[in-house]
Amino acid sequence: MDAAVLHEYLPLYAKAALLTIRLGLLGVLLSILTGLFCAAVQYLKIPLLRIIVRVYIELSRNTPLLIQLFFIYYGLPKIGIRTDPAVCGVAGLTFLGGSYMAEAFRSGLEAIPPIQEESALSLGMTRIQAAVHVILPQALSVSVPAFVANVIFLLKETSVFSAVSLMDLMFTAKDLIGLYYDTTEALFLLVVFYLLMLLPVSILGSIVEKKVRYAGFGT
Amino acid sequence: MEKNTVLSLRGLVKQFDNVTILDGIDLDIRQGEVAVIIGPSGCGKSTLLRCINALEPVQGGEILLEGEPVAAGGKNLPRIRQKIGMVFQSYDLFPHLTVMDNITLSPRKVQKRSREDAEQEARELLARVGLSDKEKSYPRELSGGQKQRVAIVRMLIMHPEILLFDEVTAALDPEMVREVLDVMLDLAAQGRTMLIVTHEMNFARAVADRVIFMDEGRIVEEGAPDDLFDHPKTERAGAFLNMFTFESVRA
Repeated sequence: MDAAVLHEYLPLYAKAALLTIRLGLLGVLLSILTGLFCAAVQYLKIPLLRIIVRVYIELSRNTPLLIQLFFIYYGLPKIGIRTDPAVCGVAGLTFLGGSYMAEAFRSGLEAIPPIQEESALSLGMTRIQAAVHVILPQALSVSVPAFVANVIFLLKETSVFSAVSLMDLMFTAKDLIGLYYDTTEALFLLVVFYLLMLLPVSILGSIVEKKVRYAGFGT
Repeated sequence: MEKNTVLSLRGLVKQFDNVTILDGIDLDIRQGEVAVIIGPSGCGKSTLLRCINALEPVQGGEILLEGEPVAAGGKNLPRIRQKIGMVFQSYDLFPHLTVMDNITLSPRKVQKRSREDAEQEARELLARVGLSDKEKSYPRELSGGQKQRVAIVRMLIMHPEILLFDEVTAALDPEMVREVLDVMLDLAAQGRTMLIVTHEMNFARAVADRVIFMDEGRIVEEGAPDDLFDHPKTERAGAFLNMFTFESVRA
């Protein structure tokens, strides 16, 4: 492995990593919002919306991100919706991540026994108050492990962004290999940068998981 | 309706999937009265309590609390439920909150009382049930009996007009039953209006002004505890009460 080559490539990877992080985090954030919305619709059993959410979740979870991106990038312009690669990447990631987050939150909500809501109601709380003060704090802490796994999964999925010509880490590596054939250096840096991005998320995730075990679940 | 009637049930009917659980219940609970409901498992006594604060919708009849109808889905429901305190069989404390926060959550959020005010009253009530040292504990650190006493305090701080107890000692280890029953006896002595479902027959006899025997969704017999326990008028009540006595088998 050639240190000079690594040194030369470093700024290109850093730039690509920034793009990956920016789009990845935005996608994760929008996935969380989508997931919370979908979980709320299912929890409150809102008619019609509930069916739409179910269809979306199955569609999203049972198709690969690459195909979803192709659909958005190449398919939607055919009906007049044209998006630039960055918007397309974030939209694709949100479409995929929303359903995974929804399922994580839903499993958390379902883990809370109905008696918890009933005791809150019998103390005079409204359903909203019971949800905010009693159900959600417990449900979210149950869903933390699944949630953290989803964040890492989604950030890794950004590696298919290159398919819609986003200059992310994967794109940069492939590009450099194509230009200079320094395969070893290019792939080594690719692994290192993904690790640098994801290890902190993993560590932070474990800390959060420990922190929210206050409720004594599983003990 | 009598002037000092707190709770009034008229022809209450509850069905689950066409199975009738409550088959026309008429019941009046007077101010300061302690009524105990006994009866075999599945007779509808727990369901009756759940219907009273509209945790279960009813299919017929009406529930009046101080003359005001209690109905599932009603707009006033949260306000009316504050007047109906309920303690459940299972430990239903909020596991993510300390004892103090469990107790003060609803006075602060529902009644908009200040934290200081709610905490001061919580401390007084905790002292009365002998749990002053537990305010910072989490529910998982408490015994079953302690949890139920906290649940009682959490209900009392809302200043309910009537207290409903749904087999609150049924899930407890025997040595913890007493501490919870003592709290309930204390409440009865204070003149609280109470409706209690229990299998503790000796306790029922000690605490009740009136005992109500239910079977198959109906009130079969009711009366003063000594009358009902010693001289049941109906065969069904007699047969039920017989299950709690043992003949000596010593040769």
